[in-house]
Amino acid sequence: MSKAIEVHDLRKAYNGRTAVDGISFDVHSGEVFGFLGPNGAGKTTTVRMLTGIIAPDSGSIAILGHDIVQEPVRGKQAIGVVPETANAYDDLTAWQNLMLMADLYGLRRPAARRPAADLLEELGLADRRDQKVAGFSKGMRQRLILAMALLHDPQLLFLDEPTSGLDVQSTHLMLEILGERSRAGTTIFLTTHNMDEANRLCDRVGIIRAGRIAAIDSPERLKQAINRMFMIEVGFDRPVEAPVFAGLPGIDRVSKHGDTWRLETADTDAAIASVVAAARSSGARILSLSTLSPTLDEVYLRLTGGDA
Amino acid sequence: MIRPAGLGEQLRRSLAVARKDIRIYYVKGPVVIFGLLIPLFLFLAFSLGNRFASVPFLISGLLAMTVFFTATAVSPVIFPWETQARTLERLAAAPITVPALVFGDVLASFLFGALIALVPVGIGVALGVTITSPAALLAGILLAALCFASLGVLLAVPPARAPQNIMMLSSLIKFPLIFISGIFIPVESLPAWGRVLAAASPLTYFTDIARAAMGEANAYPVALDLAVLAAFSLLFLGAAMLLHARTLSKRL
Repeated sequence: MSKAIEVHDLRKAYNGRTAVDGISFDVHSGEVFGFLGPNGAGKTTTVRMLTGIIAPDSGSIAILGHDIVQEPVRGKQAIGVVPETANAYDDLTAWQNLMLMADLYGLRRPAARRPAADLLEELGLADRRDQKVAGFSKGMRQRLILAMALLHDPQLLFLDEPTSGLDVQSTHLMLEILGERSRAGTTIFLTTHNMDEANRLCDRVGIIRAGRIAAIDSPERLKQAINRMFMIEVGFDRPVEAPVFAGLPGIDRVSKHGDTWRLETADTDAAIASVVAAARSSGARILSLSTLSPTLDEVYLRLTGGDA
Repeated sequence: MIRPAGLGEQLRRSLAVARKDIRIYYVKGPVVIFGLLIPLFLFLAFSLGNRFASVPFLISGLLAMTVFFTATAVSPVIFPWETQARTLERLAAAPITVPALVFGDVLASFLFGALIALVPVGIGVALGVTITSPAALLAGILLAALCFASLGVLLAVPPARAPQNIMMLSSLIKFPLIFISGIFIPVESLPAWGRVLAAASPLTYFTDIARAAMGEANAYPVALDLAVLAAFSLLFLGAAMLLHARTLSKRL
Protein backbone atom coordinates (compact mmCIF):
# COMPACT_ATOMS: atom_id res chain seq x y z
CA MET A 1 0.00 0.00 0.00
CA SER A 2 1.55 3.35 -1.02
CA LYS A 3 1.92 6.11 1.52
CA ALA A 4 0.36 9.54 1.14
CA ILE A 5 2.07 10.94 4.24
CA GLU A 6 5.31 9.79 5.83
CA VAL A 7 6.35 11.53 9.03
CA HIS A 8 9.57 10.69 10.81
CA ASP A 9 10.76 12.00 14.19
CA LEU A 10 9.03 15.36 13.80
CA ARG A 11 9.78 18.01 16.42
CA LYS A 12 8.70 21.59 17.03
CA ALA A 13 9.18 23.88 20.02
CA TYR A 14 7.95 27.43 20.65
CA ASN A 15 10.01 29.59 22.99
CA GLY A 16 11.52 26.53 24.63
CA ARG A 17 8.13 24.78 25.08
CA THR A 18 7.89 21.51 23.18
CA ALA A 19 4.75 21.38 21.05
CA VAL A 20 5.55 18.26 19.03
CA ASP A 21 8.02 15.78 20.47
CA GLY A 22 9.45 13.36 17.94
CA ILE A 23 6.34 11.90 16.34
CA SER A 24 6.46 9.37 13.50
CA PHE A 25 3.57 7.89 11.54
CA ASP A 26 2.37 7.07 8.03
CA VAL A 27 -0.96 7.65 6.32
CA HIS A 28 -1.82 5.23 3.52
CA SER A 29 -3.12 6.40 0.17
CA GLY A 30 -6.90 6.40 0.03
CA GLU A 31 -7.51 6.12 3.78
CA VAL A 32 -9.30 8.51 6.11
CA PHE A 33 -6.95 9.18 8.98
CA GLY A 34 -8.28 10.85 12.12
CA PHE A 35 -5.93 12.87 14.25
CA LEU A 36 -7.27 13.26 17.76
CA GLY A 37 -6.01 14.86 20.92
CA PRO A 38 -6.92 17.37 23.62
CA ASN A 39 -6.37 21.10 23.20
CA GLY A 40 -2.68 21.98 23.30
CA ALA A 41 -1.60 18.40 22.50
CA GLY A 42 0.14 19.49 19.29
CA LYS A 43 -2.55 18.70 16.68
CA THR A 44 -2.66 22.06 14.91
CA THR A 45 1.12 22.46 15.05
CA THR A 46 1.46 19.03 13.43
CA VAL A 47 -1.08 19.86 10.70
CA ARG A 48 0.63 23.19 10.02
CA MET A 49 3.96 21.40 9.59
CA LEU A 50 2.42 18.71 7.36
CA THR A 51 0.82 21.36 5.14
CA GLY A 52 4.03 23.39 4.85
CA ILE A 53 2.67 26.42 6.71
CA ILE A 54 5.38 26.27 9.36
CA ALA A 55 8.75 24.54 9.26
CA PRO A 56 9.63 21.79 11.74
CA ASP A 57 12.69 22.15 13.98
CA SER A 58 13.77 18.66 12.91
CA GLY A 59 12.44 15.47 11.37
CA SER A 60 11.12 14.74 7.91
CA ILE A 61 7.75 14.97 6.19
CA ALA A 62 6.98 13.46 2.79
CA ILE A 63 3.66 14.49 1.28
CA LEU A 64 2.77 12.34 -1.74
CA GLY A 65 6.49 11.73 -2.17
CA HIS A 66 7.50 15.41 -1.88
CA ASP A 67 9.60 16.63 1.01
CA ILE A 68 7.38 19.48 2.22
CA VAL A 69 10.37 21.40 3.64
CA GLN A 70 12.54 21.11 0.55
CA GLU A 71 9.76 21.28 -2.05
CA PRO A 72 6.96 23.21 -0.36
CA VAL A 73 5.31 24.43 -3.56
CA ARG A 74 5.11 20.98 -5.17
CA GLY A 75 3.84 19.46 -1.94
CA LYS A 76 1.20 22.17 -1.43
CA GLN A 77 0.12 21.91 -5.06
CA ALA A 78 -1.02 18.31 -4.51
CA ILE A 79 -2.99 18.90 -1.31
CA GLY A 80 -6.15 20.70 -0.28
CA VAL A 81 -6.28 22.38 3.11
CA VAL A 82 -9.12 23.47 5.37
CA PRO A 83 -7.12 25.18 8.14
CA GLU A 84 -8.59 25.47 11.63
CA THR A 85 -8.55 29.24 11.90
CA ALA A 86 -8.61 30.36 8.28
CA ASN A 87 -11.28 32.43 6.70
CA ALA A 88 -12.41 33.28 3.20
CA TYR A 89 -12.10 36.91 2.07
CA ASP A 90 -15.10 38.82 3.42
CA ASP A 91 -14.87 41.53 0.76
CA LEU A 92 -14.90 39.06 -2.12
CA THR A 93 -17.88 37.07 -3.34
CA ALA A 94 -17.98 33.28 -3.05
CA TRP A 95 -17.13 33.05 -6.76
CA GLN A 96 -14.23 35.50 -6.50
CA ASN A 97 -12.82 33.53 -3.56
CA LEU A 98 -12.97 30.36 -5.64
CA MET A 99 -11.36 32.04 -8.65
CA LEU A 100 -8.56 33.35 -6.39
CA MET A 101 -7.91 29.76 -5.34
CA ALA A 102 -8.00 28.66 -8.99
CA ASP A 103 -5.29 31.23 -9.77
CA LEU A 104 -3.20 30.34 -6.73
CA TYR A 105 -3.30 26.63 -7.64
CA GLY A 106 -2.47 27.30 -11.27
CA LEU A 107 -5.86 26.31 -12.73
CA ARG A 108 -6.71 28.10 -15.93
CA ARG A 109 -9.95 30.03 -15.60
CA PRO A 110 -11.95 28.17 -18.30
CA ALA A 111 -11.02 24.85 -16.68
CA ALA A 112 -11.84 26.12 -13.17
CA ARG A 113 -15.32 27.50 -13.88
CA ARG A 114 -17.12 24.16 -14.21
CA PRO A 115 -15.75 22.51 -11.04
CA ALA A 116 -16.28 25.79 -9.12
CA ALA A 117 -19.93 25.95 -10.18
CA ASP A 118 -20.39 22.23 -9.39
CA LEU A 119 -18.86 22.62 -5.92
CA LEU A 120 -21.08 25.61 -5.10
CA GLU A 121 -24.06 23.54 -6.18
CA GLU A 122 -22.94 20.49 -4.21
CA LEU A 123 -22.35 22.56 -1.07
CA GLY A 124 -25.63 24.44 -1.29
CA LEU A 125 -24.07 27.81 -2.11
CA ALA A 126 -25.06 28.19 -5.77
CA ASP A 127 -27.59 30.92 -5.05
CA ARG A 128 -24.99 32.82 -2.99
CA ARG A 129 -22.28 32.70 -5.64
CA ASP A 130 -22.19 36.45 -6.30
CA GLN A 131 -22.72 37.59 -2.71
CA LYS A 132 -19.89 38.86 -0.56
CA VAL A 133 -18.74 36.42 2.12
CA ALA A 134 -19.21 39.12 4.78
CA GLY A 135 -22.92 38.23 4.86
CA PHE A 136 -22.38 34.45 5.17
CA SER A 137 -23.19 32.40 8.28
CA LYS A 138 -20.43 30.31 9.87
CA GLY A 139 -21.72 27.17 8.21
CA MET A 140 -21.78 28.81 4.78
CA ARG A 141 -18.25 30.15 5.26
CA GLN A 142 -16.96 26.72 6.25
CA ARG A 143 -18.67 25.11 3.26
CA LEU A 144 -17.05 27.72 1.02
CA ILE A 145 -13.64 27.03 2.56
CA LEU A 146 -14.16 23.34 1.83
CA ALA A 147 -15.06 24.20 -1.76
CA MET A 148 -11.89 26.33 -1.98
CA ALA A 149 -9.84 23.35 -0.75
CA LEU A 150 -11.46 20.92 -3.21
CA LEU A 151 -11.40 23.09 -6.34
CA HIS A 152 -8.11 21.74 -7.71
CA ASP A 153 -9.22 18.16 -6.98
CA PRO A 154 -6.40 17.32 -4.55
CA GLN A 155 -5.24 13.75 -3.95
CA LEU A 156 -4.81 14.50 -0.26
CA LEU A 157 -7.08 16.65 1.86
CA PHE A 158 -6.22 18.11 5.28
CA LEU A 159 -9.08 19.28 7.47
CA ASP A 160 -8.45 20.83 10.87
CA GLU A 161 -11.65 20.78 12.97
CA PRO A 162 -13.84 21.25 9.86
CA THR A 163 -17.18 20.91 11.61
CA SER A 164 -16.36 22.67 14.86
CA GLY A 165 -19.28 24.92 15.87
CA LEU A 166 -21.30 24.19 12.74
CA ASP A 167 -25.05 23.66 12.50
CA VAL A 168 -26.35 20.15 11.90
CA GLN A 169 -27.18 20.78 8.23
CA SER A 170 -23.71 22.10 7.35
CA THR A 171 -22.02 19.31 9.33
CA HIS A 172 -24.10 16.65 7.59
CA LEU A 173 -23.40 18.14 4.14
CA MET A 174 -19.68 18.41 4.78
CA LEU A 175 -19.37 14.87 6.11
CA GLU A 176 -21.37 13.55 3.17
CA ILE A 177 -18.97 15.23 0.74
CA LEU A 178 -15.94 13.95 2.62
CA GLY A 179 -17.41 10.46 2.44
CA GLU A 180 -17.90 10.80 -1.32
CA ARG A 181 -14.36 12.08 -1.82
CA SER A 182 -13.00 9.24 0.26
CA ARG A 183 -14.90 6.66 -1.81
CA ALA A 184 -13.46 8.30 -4.93
CA GLY A 185 -9.94 7.64 -3.60
CA THR A 186 -8.95 10.94 -1.96
CA THR A 187 -6.78 10.51 1.13
CA ILE A 188 -8.18 12.49 4.05
CA PHE A 189 -6.32 13.68 7.13
CA LEU A 190 -8.96 14.81 9.59
CA THR A 191 -8.25 16.57 12.86
CA THR A 192 -11.28 16.53 15.08
CA HIS A 193 -12.60 16.63 18.62
CA ASN A 194 -15.75 14.86 17.54
CA MET A 195 -15.41 11.18 18.40
CA ASP A 196 -18.60 10.22 16.61
CA GLU A 197 -17.25 11.85 13.44
CA ALA A 198 -13.91 10.03 13.80
CA ASN A 199 -15.66 6.73 14.50
CA ARG A 200 -17.90 7.02 11.45
CA LEU A 201 -15.38 8.37 8.95
CA CYS A 202 -11.92 7.16 9.85
CA ASP A 203 -10.18 3.97 8.76
CA ARG A 204 -7.49 4.65 11.37
CA VAL A 205 -7.01 7.21 14.08
CA GLY A 206 -3.87 8.57 15.70
CA ILE A 207 -4.15 9.98 19.20
CA ILE A 208 -1.64 12.63 20.22
CA ARG A 209 -1.00 13.57 23.82
CA ALA A 210 1.50 16.18 25.05
CA GLY A 211 3.23 16.25 21.66
CA ARG A 212 3.63 12.46 21.40
CA ILE A 213 1.63 9.78 19.63
CA ALA A 214 -0.25 7.78 22.27
CA ALA A 215 -1.82 5.26 19.86
CA ILE A 216 -2.51 4.62 16.18
CA ASP A 217 -4.94 1.99 14.97
CA SER A 218 -8.42 1.46 13.57
CA PRO A 219 -11.22 2.70 15.86
CA GLU A 220 -12.47 -0.87 16.45
CA ARG A 221 -9.05 -2.24 17.36
CA LEU A 222 -8.43 0.67 19.68
CA LYS A 223 -11.70 -0.04 21.44
CA GLN A 224 -10.83 -3.71 21.80
CA ALA A 225 -7.41 -2.81 23.10
CA ILE A 226 -8.91 -1.24 26.16
CA ASN A 227 -8.82 -3.89 28.83
CA ARG A 228 -12.16 -3.38 30.49
CA MET A 229 -15.39 -5.08 31.39
CA PHE A 230 -18.17 -5.33 28.81
CA MET A 231 -21.68 -4.07 29.37
CA ILE A 232 -24.97 -5.74 28.53
CA GLU A 233 -28.07 -3.62 28.40
CA VAL A 234 -31.36 -5.45 28.82
CA GLY A 235 -35.00 -4.33 28.92
CA PHE A 236 -38.01 -6.39 30.13
CA ASP A 237 -41.77 -6.22 29.51
CA ARG A 238 -42.44 -5.70 33.22
CA PRO A 239 -40.59 -4.22 36.19
CA VAL A 240 -37.77 -6.48 37.39
CA GLU A 241 -35.96 -5.89 40.66
CA ALA A 242 -32.21 -6.04 41.25
CA PRO A 243 -32.25 -9.22 43.41
CA VAL A 244 -33.29 -11.18 40.29
CA PHE A 245 -29.70 -10.79 39.02
CA ALA A 246 -28.02 -11.41 42.37
CA GLY A 247 -25.47 -14.18 42.28
CA LEU A 248 -26.07 -15.08 38.63
CA PRO A 249 -23.01 -16.58 36.90
CA GLY A 250 -20.97 -14.11 34.79
CA ILE A 251 -22.61 -10.94 36.16
CA ASP A 252 -20.33 -8.77 38.26
CA ARG A 253 -22.30 -5.58 38.77
CA VAL A 254 -25.80 -4.30 38.04
CA SER A 255 -27.17 -0.80 37.63
CA LYS A 256 -30.53 0.62 36.48
CA HIS A 257 -30.70 3.14 33.63
CA GLY A 258 -34.25 4.34 33.00
CA ASP A 259 -36.33 1.24 32.30
CA THR A 260 -33.32 -0.90 31.36
CA TRP A 261 -30.64 -2.68 33.35
CA ARG A 262 -26.92 -2.52 32.67
CA LEU A 263 -24.97 -5.59 33.66
CA GLU A 264 -21.18 -5.50 33.85
CA THR A 265 -19.43 -8.69 32.87
CA ALA A 266 -16.11 -10.13 31.87
CA ASP A 267 -17.84 -13.09 30.17
CA THR A 268 -20.52 -11.92 27.78
CA ASP A 269 -21.70 -15.43 26.83
CA ALA A 270 -22.25 -16.54 30.42
CA ALA A 271 -23.96 -13.28 31.35
CA ILE A 272 -26.44 -13.49 28.48
CA ALA A 273 -27.31 -17.09 29.35
CA SER A 274 -27.88 -16.02 32.98
CA VAL A 275 -30.12 -13.13 32.01
CA VAL A 276 -32.25 -15.34 29.74
CA ALA A 277 -32.56 -17.92 32.54
CA ALA A 278 -33.45 -15.24 35.10
CA ALA A 279 -36.13 -13.81 32.80
CA ARG A 280 -37.69 -17.24 32.31
CA SER A 281 -37.74 -18.02 36.03
CA SER A 282 -39.28 -14.65 36.95
CA GLY A 283 -41.87 -14.79 34.17
CA ALA A 284 -40.60 -11.66 32.42
CA ARG A 285 -40.06 -11.38 28.65
CA ILE A 286 -36.91 -9.78 27.26
CA LEU A 287 -37.83 -6.83 25.03
CA SER A 288 -34.29 -5.73 24.13
CA LEU A 289 -30.78 -6.97 24.75
CA SER A 290 -27.58 -5.39 23.49
CA THR A 291 -23.89 -5.55 24.28
CA LEU A 292 -22.17 -2.22 24.77
CA SER A 293 -18.54 -2.20 23.68
CA PRO A 294 -16.21 0.62 24.72
CA THR A 295 -16.75 3.80 22.72
CA LEU A 296 -14.02 5.76 20.97
CA ASP A 297 -14.66 8.48 23.57
CA GLU A 298 -13.61 6.05 26.29
CA VAL A 299 -10.51 5.04 24.34
CA TYR A 300 -9.67 8.69 23.80
CA LEU A 301 -10.19 9.63 27.43
CA ARG A 302 -8.17 6.65 28.62
CA LEU A 303 -5.27 7.41 26.27
CA THR A 304 -5.24 11.15 26.80
CA GLY A 305 -5.28 10.91 30.57
CA GLY A 306 -8.99 11.39 31.28
CA ASP A 307 -11.05 8.85 33.17
CA ALA A 308 -13.10 6.47 31.10
CA MET B 1 1.62 19.84 -17.09
CA ILE B 2 2.29 22.96 -15.01
CA ARG B 3 5.52 23.51 -13.07
CA PRO B 4 4.09 25.11 -9.92
CA ALA B 5 7.46 26.25 -8.58
CA GLY B 6 8.57 27.68 -11.94
CA LEU B 7 9.13 31.42 -12.25
CA GLY B 8 6.36 31.94 -14.82
CA GLU B 9 3.80 30.08 -12.76
CA GLN B 10 4.78 31.92 -9.55
CA LEU B 11 4.52 35.26 -11.40
CA ARG B 12 1.02 34.29 -12.48
CA ARG B 13 0.15 33.62 -8.85
CA SER B 14 1.66 37.00 -7.87
CA LEU B 15 -0.77 38.59 -10.32
CA ALA B 16 -3.65 36.77 -8.59
CA VAL B 17 -2.51 38.20 -5.24
CA ALA B 18 -2.25 41.69 -6.78
CA ARG B 19 -5.76 41.38 -8.26
CA LYS B 20 -7.09 40.33 -4.86
CA ASP B 21 -5.34 43.28 -3.14
CA ILE B 22 -6.74 45.75 -5.66
CA ARG B 23 -10.26 44.37 -5.23
CA ILE B 24 -10.13 44.38 -1.45
CA TYR B 25 -7.69 46.91 -0.08
CA TYR B 26 -7.46 49.71 -2.62
CA VAL B 27 -11.12 50.58 -2.33
CA LYS B 28 -10.67 51.18 1.39
CA GLY B 29 -10.19 54.64 2.92
CA PRO B 30 -6.40 54.85 3.40
CA VAL B 31 -5.63 55.12 -0.31
CA VAL B 32 -7.81 58.19 -0.74
CA ILE B 33 -6.80 59.71 2.59
CA PHE B 34 -3.07 59.06 2.46
CA GLY B 35 -2.63 59.09 -1.28
CA LEU B 36 -4.51 62.22 -2.29
CA LEU B 37 -5.83 64.24 0.62
CA ILE B 38 -2.64 64.48 2.71
CA PRO B 39 -0.41 65.47 -0.25
CA LEU B 40 -3.06 67.95 -1.34
CA PHE B 41 -3.29 69.59 2.10
CA LEU B 42 0.51 69.68 2.45
CA PHE B 43 0.70 71.16 -1.05
CA LEU B 44 -1.90 73.82 -0.30
CA ALA B 45 -0.28 74.76 3.02
CA PHE B 46 3.13 74.97 1.40
CA SER B 47 2.02 76.87 -1.71
CA LEU B 48 0.09 79.42 0.36
CA GLY B 49 3.18 79.99 2.51
CA ASN B 50 5.50 80.25 -0.53
CA ARG B 51 3.76 82.48 -3.00
CA PHE B 52 7.04 83.01 -4.86
CA ALA B 53 7.57 79.31 -5.64
CA SER B 54 6.97 78.47 -9.31
CA VAL B 55 4.07 76.27 -10.41
CA PRO B 56 6.38 73.54 -11.83
CA PHE B 57 8.27 73.48 -8.47
CA LEU B 58 5.00 73.05 -6.57
CA ILE B 59 3.56 70.47 -8.99
CA SER B 60 6.73 68.37 -8.96
CA GLY B 61 6.54 68.34 -5.14
CA LEU B 62 2.86 67.39 -5.25
CA LEU B 63 3.64 64.59 -7.72
CA ALA B 64 6.42 63.22 -5.52
CA MET B 65 4.24 63.28 -2.40
CA THR B 66 1.23 61.75 -4.15
CA VAL B 67 3.16 58.80 -5.61
CA PHE B 68 5.00 58.28 -2.32
CA PHE B 69 1.91 58.37 -0.10
CA THR B 70 -0.24 56.27 -2.43
CA ALA B 71 2.34 53.55 -2.99
CA THR B 72 2.94 53.27 0.76
CA ALA B 73 -0.69 53.77 1.86
CA VAL B 74 -1.88 50.18 1.92
CA SER B 75 1.22 48.06 1.34
CA PRO B 76 2.42 48.16 4.98
CA VAL B 77 -0.92 46.99 6.38
CA ILE B 78 -1.89 44.16 4.01
CA PHE B 79 -0.03 41.51 6.05
CA PRO B 80 -1.44 42.69 9.43
CA TRP B 81 -4.93 43.00 7.92
CA GLU B 82 -4.73 39.47 6.54
CA THR B 83 -3.42 38.18 9.87
CA GLN B 84 -6.30 39.79 11.73
CA ALA B 85 -8.92 38.64 9.19
CA ARG B 86 -7.48 35.09 9.37
CA THR B 87 -6.98 34.90 5.61
CA LEU B 88 -3.19 34.73 5.78
CA GLU B 89 -3.13 31.08 6.81
CA ARG B 90 -5.16 30.21 3.71
CA LEU B 91 -2.56 31.99 1.56
CA ALA B 92 0.29 30.35 3.47
CA ALA B 93 -1.21 26.93 2.70
CA ALA B 94 -1.41 27.71 -1.04
CA PRO B 95 1.38 26.72 -3.45
CA ILE B 96 2.84 30.21 -3.72
CA THR B 97 6.28 31.15 -2.42
CA VAL B 98 6.69 34.01 0.07
CA PRO B 99 8.67 36.09 -2.49
CA ALA B 100 5.82 35.66 -5.00
CA LEU B 101 3.29 36.64 -2.33
CA VAL B 102 5.33 39.74 -1.45
CA PHE B 103 5.74 40.59 -5.13
CA GLY B 104 1.96 40.43 -5.60
CA ASP B 105 1.46 42.95 -2.78
CA VAL B 106 4.17 45.19 -4.26
CA LEU B 107 2.61 44.93 -7.69
CA ALA B 108 -0.78 46.18 -6.47
CA SER B 109 0.79 49.16 -4.70
CA PHE B 110 3.00 49.85 -7.72
CA LEU B 111 -0.02 50.03 -10.02
CA PHE B 112 -1.86 52.44 -7.76
CA GLY B 113 1.23 54.58 -7.16
CA ALA B 114 1.90 54.81 -10.90
CA LEU B 115 -1.72 55.49 -11.86
CA ILE B 116 -2.29 58.14 -9.20
CA ALA B 117 0.55 60.14 -10.79
CA LEU B 118 -1.87 61.04 -13.57
CA VAL B 119 -3.76 63.30 -11.11
CA PRO B 120 -0.93 65.73 -10.17
CA VAL B 121 0.53 65.58 -13.69
CA GLY B 122 -2.93 66.42 -15.07
CA ILE B 123 -3.30 69.30 -12.58
CA GLY B 124 0.14 70.58 -13.64
CA VAL B 125 -0.66 70.42 -17.33
CA ALA B 126 -3.97 72.21 -16.67
CA LEU B 127 -2.03 74.92 -14.83
CA GLY B 128 0.31 75.37 -17.82
CA VAL B 129 3.28 73.26 -16.71
CA THR B 130 5.27 71.91 -19.69
CA ILE B 131 6.70 68.40 -19.40
CA THR B 132 10.09 68.85 -21.04
CA SER B 133 11.26 65.23 -20.59
CA PRO B 134 8.23 62.95 -20.69
CA ALA B 135 10.34 59.78 -21.03
CA ALA B 136 12.41 60.64 -17.94
CA LEU B 137 9.24 61.50 -16.03
CA LEU B 138 7.55 58.23 -17.01
CA ALA B 139 10.63 56.19 -16.09
CA GLY B 140 10.88 58.11 -12.82
CA ILE B 141 7.22 57.53 -11.96
CA LEU B 142 7.46 53.80 -12.69
CA LEU B 143 10.68 53.32 -10.74
CA ALA B 144 9.48 55.49 -7.85
CA ALA B 145 6.18 53.60 -7.63
CA LEU B 146 8.10 50.29 -7.53
CA CYS B 147 10.56 51.64 -4.97
CA PHE B 148 7.91 53.08 -2.63
CA ALA B 149 5.62 50.04 -2.97
CA SER B 150 8.56 47.81 -1.99
CA LEU B 151 9.37 50.11 0.93
CA GLY B 152 5.73 49.88 2.06
CA VAL B 153 5.76 46.05 2.05
CA LEU B 154 9.15 46.09 3.80
CA LEU B 155 7.64 48.19 6.61
CA ALA B 156 5.18 45.34 7.24
CA VAL B 157 7.97 42.91 8.20
CA PRO B 158 7.55 43.17 12.02
CA PRO B 159 4.96 40.44 12.70
CA ALA B 160 2.42 42.78 14.33
CA ARG B 161 -1.17 41.57 14.28
CA ALA B 162 -2.78 45.00 14.73
CA PRO B 163 -2.71 47.12 11.54
CA GLN B 164 -2.60 50.34 13.60
CA ASN B 165 0.82 49.38 15.04
CA ILE B 166 2.29 49.14 11.55
CA MET B 167 0.42 52.31 10.49
CA MET B 168 2.13 54.15 13.34
CA LEU B 169 5.54 52.74 12.47
CA SER B 170 5.17 53.61 8.79
CA SER B 171 4.00 57.16 9.59
CA LEU B 172 7.08 57.61 11.78
CA ILE B 173 9.24 56.78 8.78
CA LYS B 174 7.17 58.35 5.98
CA PHE B 175 6.54 61.87 7.29
CA PRO B 176 10.17 62.76 8.12
CA LEU B 177 11.13 61.61 4.59
CA ILE B 178 8.84 64.29 3.11
CA PHE B 179 10.81 67.01 4.85
CA ILE B 180 14.30 65.82 3.93
CA SER B 181 13.68 65.00 0.28
CA GLY B 182 13.76 68.41 -1.36
CA ILE B 183 9.99 68.68 -1.75
CA PHE B 184 9.57 71.91 0.20
CA ILE B 185 13.17 73.16 0.12
CA PRO B 186 15.37 72.34 -2.90
CA VAL B 187 18.24 69.98 -2.04
CA GLU B 188 20.80 72.51 -3.30
CA SER B 189 19.47 75.05 -0.75
CA LEU B 190 19.86 72.67 2.21
CA PRO B 191 22.81 72.90 4.64
CA ALA B 192 25.54 70.27 4.28
CA TRP B 193 24.00 67.88 6.86
CA GLY B 194 20.61 68.30 5.16
CA ARG B 195 22.12 67.32 1.80
CA VAL B 196 23.58 64.16 3.37
CA LEU B 197 20.17 63.27 4.81
CA ALA B 198 18.49 64.04 1.50
CA ALA B 199 20.90 61.72 -0.34
CA ALA B 200 19.79 58.85 1.93
CA SER B 201 16.10 59.25 0.97
CA PRO B 202 14.80 57.57 -2.21
CA LEU B 203 12.12 60.27 -2.42
CA THR B 204 14.83 62.86 -3.09
CA TYR B 205 15.72 61.23 -6.41
CA PHE B 206 12.16 61.05 -7.65
CA THR B 207 11.53 64.69 -6.68
CA ASP B 208 14.73 65.55 -8.55
CA ILE B 209 13.56 63.71 -11.70
CA ALA B 210 10.16 65.43 -11.51
CA ARG B 211 11.84 68.85 -11.21
CA ALA B 212 14.11 68.15 -14.19
CA ALA B 213 11.20 66.81 -16.28
CA MET B 214 9.19 69.98 -15.60
CA GLY B 215 12.05 72.30 -16.58
CA GLU B 216 13.07 73.21 -13.01
CA ALA B 217 16.59 73.28 -11.54
CA ASN B 218 17.58 69.92 -10.08
CA ALA B 219 20.40 68.61 -7.88
CA TYR B 220 21.66 65.42 -9.58
CA PRO B 221 21.97 64.10 -13.15
CA VAL B 222 18.71 62.33 -14.12
CA ALA B 223 20.59 59.13 -15.05
CA LEU B 224 22.00 59.03 -11.53
CA ASP B 225 18.53 59.65 -10.06
CA LEU B 226 17.14 56.71 -12.06
CA ALA B 227 20.05 54.45 -11.14
CA VAL B 228 19.73 55.22 -7.41
CA LEU B 229 15.95 54.72 -7.50
CA ALA B 230 16.50 51.34 -9.23
CA ALA B 231 19.07 50.37 -6.59
CA PHE B 232 16.72 51.35 -3.73
CA SER B 233 13.91 49.37 -5.41
CA LEU B 234 16.03 46.22 -5.62
CA LEU B 235 17.22 46.66 -2.05
CA PHE B 236 13.73 47.17 -0.60
CA LEU B 237 12.14 44.41 -2.70
CA GLY B 238 14.89 41.90 -1.94
CA ALA B 239 14.84 42.73 1.77
CA ALA B 240 11.03 42.49 1.90
CA MET B 241 11.06 39.05 0.22
CA LEU B 242 13.83 37.73 2.47
CA LEU B 243 12.52 39.12 5.75
CA HIS B 244 8.86 38.22 5.19
CA ALA B 245 9.93 34.62 4.54
CA ARG B 246 11.41 34.68 8.05
CA THR B 247 8.54 36.36 9.86
CA LEU B 248 5.46 34.96 8.09
CA SER B 249 5.11 31.90 10.33
CA LYS B 250 5.29 34.13 13.44
CA ARG B 251 2.04 35.79 12.38
CA LEU B 252 0.05 32.56 12.28
